[in-house]
Amino acid sequence: MKRQIPLLLVLVFGIFMIFQYFVPHESSEWIYEFFLDWIYIIGIFALALGIWSLIRVSYDKIKYKKPNWQYAVITLAGLFAMILFGFDYGRHFFSAEGLSNYMFRAFFDYILIPIQATMFSLLAFFIASAAYRAFRARSLLATLLLVSALVVMLRFNPYFGPIGPYLEQTASWLLNVPNLAAKRAIIIGIGLGMVATALKVILGIERAYLGKD
Amino acid sequence: MQEMSIGTFLWTTLGAFLTLCIFSFLYRDNPFYKLAEHLVVGVSAGYFVIILWHNGLQPNLFNRLNDGNFYLLWLNSAAPWYMIPALLGVMMWTRFSRKWSWISRWPIAMYMGIAAGVAVPLEMKNRVNLQIYSAMTDIDWGNFFGGSLINSASGLSQLIIFLGTIAALFYFFFSKEHTGVFKGLARFGIWILMVGFGASFGYTVMGRISLFVQRIQYVGDWTKVAWSGISGTYTLVWFITFGIFALLAVYEFIQFMARRKKEA
Amino acid sequence: MNIFDRMMSLDRRWVFLFVALVCVITYLIPFSIKINITPEVKSIYDHVESLKAGDYILLAIDYDPNALAELHPMTYAIAEQAFRKELKVIFVTLSQNGPGMADQAIRDISDSLRLEKTYNGITYPARQLINGKDYVFLGYKPYPALVILGMGQNFRLPFPSDYYGTPLDSIPMMKGVLNYDQIKCVIDFAAGNVADMWISYGQGRYNFPLALGMTGVMGADYYPYLNSGQVFGLMGGLLGAAQYESLADNPGPAIDGMRIQLYAHIVIILFILMGNIGFLVTRRKKQV
Repeated sequence: MKRQIPLLLVLVFGIFMIFQYFVPHESSEWIYEFFLDWIYIIGIFALALGIWSLIRVSYDKIKYKKPNWQYAVITLAGLFAMILFGFDYGRHFFSAEGLSNYMFRAFFDYILIPIQATMFSLLAFFIASAAYRAFRARSLLATLLLVSALVVMLRFNPYFGPIGPYLEQTASWLLNVPNLAAKRAIIIGIGLGMVATALKVILGIERAYLGKD
Repeated sequence: MQEMSIGTFLWTTLGAFLTLCIFSFLYRDNPFYKLAEHLVVGVSAGYFVIILWHNGLQPNLFNRLNDGNFYLLWLNSAAPWYMIPALLGVMMWTRFSRKWSWISRWPIAMYMGIAAGVAVPLEMKNRVNLQIYSAMTDIDWGNFFGGSLINSASGLSQLIIFLGTIAALFYFFFSKEHTGVFKGLARFGIWILMVGFGASFGYTVMGRISLFVQRIQYVGDWTKVAWSGISGTYTLVWFITFGIFALLAVYEFIQFMARRKKEA
Repeated sequence: MNIFDRMMSLDRRWVFLFVALVCVITYLIPFSIKINITPEVKSIYDHVESLKAGDYILLAIDYDPNALAELHPMTYAIAEQAFRKELKVIFVTLSQNGPGMADQAIRDISDSLRLEKTYNGITYPARQLINGKDYVFLGYKPYPALVILGMGQNFRLPFPSDYYGTPLDSIPMMKGVLNYDQIKCVIDFAAGNVADMWISYGQGRYNFPLALGMTGVMGADYYPYLNSGQVFGLMGGLLGAAQYESLADNPGPAIDGMRIQLYAHIVIILFILMGNIGFLVTRRKKQV
């Protein structure tokens, strides 16, 4: 009961969706649209779980005064401030006015954007130091990797004079010929892997998503 | 940029300050970084709550049920069947209970079935079949060398694409031992793959640097406005901002000295 | 430790410092570098340029603030071009923080359109963008693959209302617009595997012309799709954005950023060369 019904559901829905692709009949389209329509709603409920667990973790941190619990207060303050603005201070629960709220937009534009953008820009430094330390011409393969990366990095460099156009053309050739072949092989490999996994899920061979017990 | 309103300027100042808070991590982990980090987690979660509500539940569920009555569980609305996905959605929430978490498997199973079912034909067609078809083009023998070695449209390039794809696929194929001709093929495959990874790495360096470039532009634009304010209308704002940064610097210096004393 | 050993094992904070210094100094010195156009970017520009006033295009803003540096300039340049040509634009976002990005882009582009401007020698009059008439912003829904499939059946399936809560049926621009059949092309600005979903589930099932604007990290990975004709154009990273800005004659942060990018690359390459010289010399010494 606890395992059989979910496995049956996966099988039925999976087979129907495959069948639907090959038989786009009016009635199968109708059911297909119905399921898509439903799945958005289920998905939204599922995402709410993540938010709830963030609140719970932060609350526990404050309650038990765990190390750095003060920062959890900031997290919760940010969260509830956004919710307050998003409902236009409680004036609009069931209409989307809150999305145009001045503070809601300002918090996004001047807090969320700068912090998130900057956090990822730290990677610029780490990739620079990684390139310096890892890119050594140790072997033929490493040299191929190095040269190909250098060509791609240098292709818009205007200081090469007459060699410049050749460099640009080499980069273009590199991307459109050997790179294309490598990436095509990878895409085909990933595609086959995805189809195999999907079939394993539908047929009940892969059951990790059900969790233990 | 120069005719920024005072409100926008203050907000941009906050943005610039938070940017510097994050950059301070390059020196070492510190309270300013932690503050910004925790703030963004909360703000983005709160933002997501609002988006899920106004862009998700509200239009896709509640608006369709709103002609029904709450106390009848909306079953008297024009589209009562929307209660089914809502119920399935609520079933997801049993995940936190050890005893009832098996109930959440039903909606998960439905989602997995649908996602896997749509993936099978479409991934097969678009990632596998179409890529194989386009690998099998006619090779342009009449224009084999194409005038130069780096002509992407020459017959030679087409041949490299064709053989390269097969070789790179073969490199990952372990059911046949890589000896003799196959050793050469696998060897060619790994060369091709290395060139591909190199190109990706070159692009990645470019991408990461761009993120930093944009932050410089952001802080730089802010400095320009703030600087122009020394003689203009922003005098007070500029001094307050400068004051904050000066205080931070002093704080950091005291911390630094205290640490040195400790170490000594 | 001799100089060559030292060349190989510099503390990473020196690398940080040099990269940062060079970037900041380059930012302070105004100059510009020539941007050469590649065919994969030009084909996107030509496609948008070939559309007639009143045609519909769909711009998918599938990125969060962490990819804004590379993808925002593309969005701005293409949306500005589309609005100046009086195309009807449908915005949609399948990324968690995407709604805010799209909302910001729409506000900024509306401001820019209020001024008369000249692009590539053609002067376009000032214009006031009207929500629902000139553009629609559908908003966000989770699970990109299923949303892309849903839009192929009917936009109203995943999006009964737009971002601002107006039902799609009462939006004048959406009258008669059912699904991708009424759209001339889709341009996806993607940070992550949502681009694959647009290819497999969107273009692969509903056969609309699709172009990709991607982050640099993804830049080299989509050439097979270009070659197979599944996408008609690619823009990778800041370089792609700068190419588009220069094609559209609308210089912005991407073109401005390329000079900083150039010097950052030079510094990194010098570091790589330094490491390699150190490595090769020490290896030779060891062999002797």
